[in-house]
Amino acid sequence: MTYTPSLIPLAAVLISMLGTIPIMLSDRRPNLRESWTLLIAVGKFLLVASMLPSVLAGGGFTFTLFEVIPGVPIALKVDPLGMFFALVASFLWICTSAYSIGYMRTLQEHAQTRYFASFALAISATIGVAFSANLLTMYLFYEVLSLSTYPLVTHEQNAEARRSGRKYLTYILGTSIGFALPAIIITYSIAGTLDFTAGGILAGKASPALLGLILCLFVAGFAKSGIMPFHGWLPAAMVAPTPVSSFLHGVAVVKVGVFSIVRVILDIFGPDLLRSLDYGVILSYFVCITILVASLVALTQDNLKRRLAYSTVGQLSYIVLGVALLTPSGMTGGVLHIAMHAFGKITLFLCAGAIYVASHKKYISQMDGLGRQMPITFGAFFLGALSIIGLPPLGGFISKWNLVIGAVEADQLPILIILLCSSLLNAAYFLPIIYRAFFAQPAAGVEPTIKEAPIFCLVPLCVTAIGSVVLFFYPDVFLRLVKLAILN
Amino acid sequence: MSTPTNLHLYILAAPLVTAFVLNLLGRISRAWVMPLTLGPLAFSTIGSIMLLGQVLSEGGFSYTVGNWKPPFGIELLVDPLSALMLVLISGVALTATVSALPWVEREHPGSEHLFFTLYLILIAGLMGLVLTADAFNLYVLLEITSITSYGLIAMGKGRAPLASFNYIIMGSIGACFYLLGVGYLYILTGSLNMADIAAIVKTLPQSAALATAFAFAMVGLWVKMALFPLHGWLPNAYSLAPTGAGLLFAPLMTKVTIYLMIRVILNLFTPEYVFFSHPLVQSGVVWAAAIGIVCASSLALAQRDLRRMLTYILIAEVGYMVGGFWLANAQGMTGAILHIFNDAVMTLCLFLAAAAIASRTGSLSFENLRGLYKTMPVTMAAFTLGAFSIIGVPPTCGFFSKWYLLQGAVQAEQWGFLAALLFSSLVNAIMLFRIFELAYFSDDHGDHHAGDHSHHAPAVQEAPLPMLAPLVLTAAALLVIGLGTGPLVQVIRQVLPQFF
Repeated sequence: MTYTPSLIPLAAVLISMLGTIPIMLSDRRPNLRESWTLLIAVGKFLLVASMLPSVLAGGGFTFTLFEVIPGVPIALKVDPLGMFFALVASFLWICTSAYSIGYMRTLQEHAQTRYFASFALAISATIGVAFSANLLTMYLFYEVLSLSTYPLVTHEQNAEARRSGRKYLTYILGTSIGFALPAIIITYSIAGTLDFTAGGILAGKASPALLGLILCLFVAGFAKSGIMPFHGWLPAAMVAPTPVSSFLHGVAVVKVGVFSIVRVILDIFGPDLLRSLDYGVILSYFVCITILVASLVALTQDNLKRRLAYSTVGQLSYIVLGVALLTPSGMTGGVLHIAMHAFGKITLFLCAGAIYVASHKKYISQMDGLGRQMPITFGAFFLGALSIIGLPPLGGFISKWNLVIGAVEADQLPILIILLCSSLLNAAYFLPIIYRAFFAQPAAGVEPTIKEAPIFCLVPLCVTAIGSVVLFFYPDVFLRLVKLAILN
Repeated sequence: MSTPTNLHLYILAAPLVTAFVLNLLGRISRAWVMPLTLGPLAFSTIGSIMLLGQVLSEGGFSYTVGNWKPPFGIELLVDPLSALMLVLISGVALTATVSALPWVEREHPGSEHLFFTLYLILIAGLMGLVLTADAFNLYVLLEITSITSYGLIAMGKGRAPLASFNYIIMGSIGACFYLLGVGYLYILTGSLNMADIAAIVKTLPQSAALATAFAFAMVGLWVKMALFPLHGWLPNAYSLAPTGAGLLFAPLMTKVTIYLMIRVILNLFTPEYVFFSHPLVQSGVVWAAAIGIVCASSLALAQRDLRRMLTYILIAEVGYMVGGFWLANAQGMTGAILHIFNDAVMTLCLFLAAAAIASRTGSLSFENLRGLYKTMPVTMAAFTLGAFSIIGVPPTCGFFSKWYLLQGAVQAEQWGFLAALLFSSLVNAIMLFRIFELAYFSDDHGDHHAGDHSHHAPAVQEAPLPMLAPLVLTAAALLVIGLGTGPLVQVIRQVLPQFF
């Protein structure tokens, strides 16, 4: 694989970071401000997409910014794995931006400029993580993402938001400084480099015990991935406005966590090393706990967003599980699930937001009969739920199918059973919502005036729901990227 | 070695000479105060940047004052590190002074010239400290800086004279210890010139006398730099000092003393002696520094006043640098020296921000910080950047020195120190985010609301420009220095001993 130096990755990262400036300057002119947001979102997607053909052709791009620490520059690299993630994130950002406009304006939220500016910074950091060429750069963007999302989580500025913000930072910053940073430094000390290299950089450099320790530190350090016991921030962060929950806590932040772990497994340790040490299997059993427990907890949640949050916690571990299986299909399924889950979960969150905008209802028990008043929203919700459960004809089926094959390839029957159980649990916590919405009788005294949410909310959630279907029929681009990433 | 020029003397002399001129002219008209403080400092800043350029391109040199040959004459050493320190001192002093001027005018009307006389002598003393290559002159200059700072602190209000007295006692003990160390050395070697002593020390057998000399000199300096648990004098002295003086003390005093410790280790006792003749002492000091970091960070967490909290952070940072240097490997030493620069700039940033906030709120106790993101957005943005640097968030400079320190700790397998550094980063994060939270959630006191109109954004009330401009500049410097870590490390590597 040859990498050509290019400014495009830098532009793709920076466009939204610099975009915060015009956004903040147009504080008093909301229409102009939102035009900037949409313009930047589309521009970012086009920049990312413009690099797709050469990545698919086996090429790639690099850009080195500064040689800060000898041998460890702040550098960007566009490879298939990063491309895959950046493509998903930048596309879904367009949807979320449009949705944010409808949501924030309808609810007449305060501090919208701060909201849009922080959002732009957060997506910059997300693409930065995707395109990082080494661990130092990734850590840098990881932290920028943690800090830029703090004002979004605490947007409401009430006591609950403050508590959640505190919890959010404690988990995210505490683990990244306490575990990930030392892991990076130990890695650098024993390997002498931090570059992401296909096949890993740690093989033969340290004892199995030390390698195990480093792996533990990394898995614990990237707490954005929501692996138990470091998942507590995610349900708490649901206090944020719904577009934030949908994009950041369905796509960007949590996927950055998982993506970081995948990077470490594939490009720092390397599948061969982990396979020889049997650490992959141990890790996959470890995340199985999260998969099961999170699904069980999700069953008990009446607050729709919290149920979605626990569902996310469980689904994120699918990704780690697949990659940790270290078999071709397992890794394919795991990485693919980044995209499939993103499309499905963002649809669900956007629906939850649309329901709140239209009816101010947060709890599932209040949603009896609501589907008849909001058929489009709940139709999209249905599609999203099916995708997460993993049923055809939705994208989620492809990734789960690969995961199941991966478990068989790895000869891990218990994992196969856990995957199937979890799918049943997914169905058990999603389908009742849809049943209630369409078939249950509304409680007496419910206002019949509820209509669909504004068009700015409705279009994005339809796009993502249809996206989930399209991904089932045309997963080629993503599949090819994943194959390229894994075959390396 | 390049041929000596007199540039460094002019840099040193500019604030010293102007101090006396200012004292006289300031009595005639207060209008002299501003040009006569900013002028020499600007001159020194430009001069030291030129000197650094010269040293980097042509190499360092040694200068004999009055052409008396060492070891008898007074020697000044200009090498890349001391040239860098000169840039740091003059640059920080210049920036701090811009903000200090309105403060002195406010807090000491009528005696500005007296304040700045001491202030300029203190800066000259600091510059002399980084240049001197003579163990006894080092003592003299250390006392010059200390005595001027006693005076400056005593000018503060309230309990400041008491804090100054406390500092005098501790500072004098520290200075005496250092002098006793030099005395022992003089008995052993018959010399006061650092290079000369170092050459003789190498030939001396291990003896209790040498160890005593070293112990006295080290403990003396540790008192002066407020290494935990010898820090008792610092929090009161720095938080009760006049605001203008605090701006100069906080970034420079402890850092220059740490530089002195490094000089004494590298150029006086030689690292071979310090680190390898008593390995237990070496790891003992690292452990002491680690404990110091943990304790100072915890104490910082207990404070309810922004400036006092910052003084405890300052003490924790001293532990970073002392422990880092005593790791006795290239990474740790690089980190410690790098942190001298980074810490100076980020401390300056935070103290400037604190001063800017105080100019609007009066007090810096936490209750007064509410809603500052709305009323002072620029100040708080700069404060946030400074805080990120203290926490160690990339790409601010604080991250990169911490990186080297952590790496040094891993290499030396000093896990206690590693844990202390991480603990301190986390505590810093907690502390500073508590402040962000206070400043961010303005409409917290529902009961204090006069009505709904107070819910809307209150008017922006930024600090005056002379306080704001240096603050913004310093905050930007945090990023520039952070991204310029590569070249900076290369300069630092030049002065590190080669045997690692």
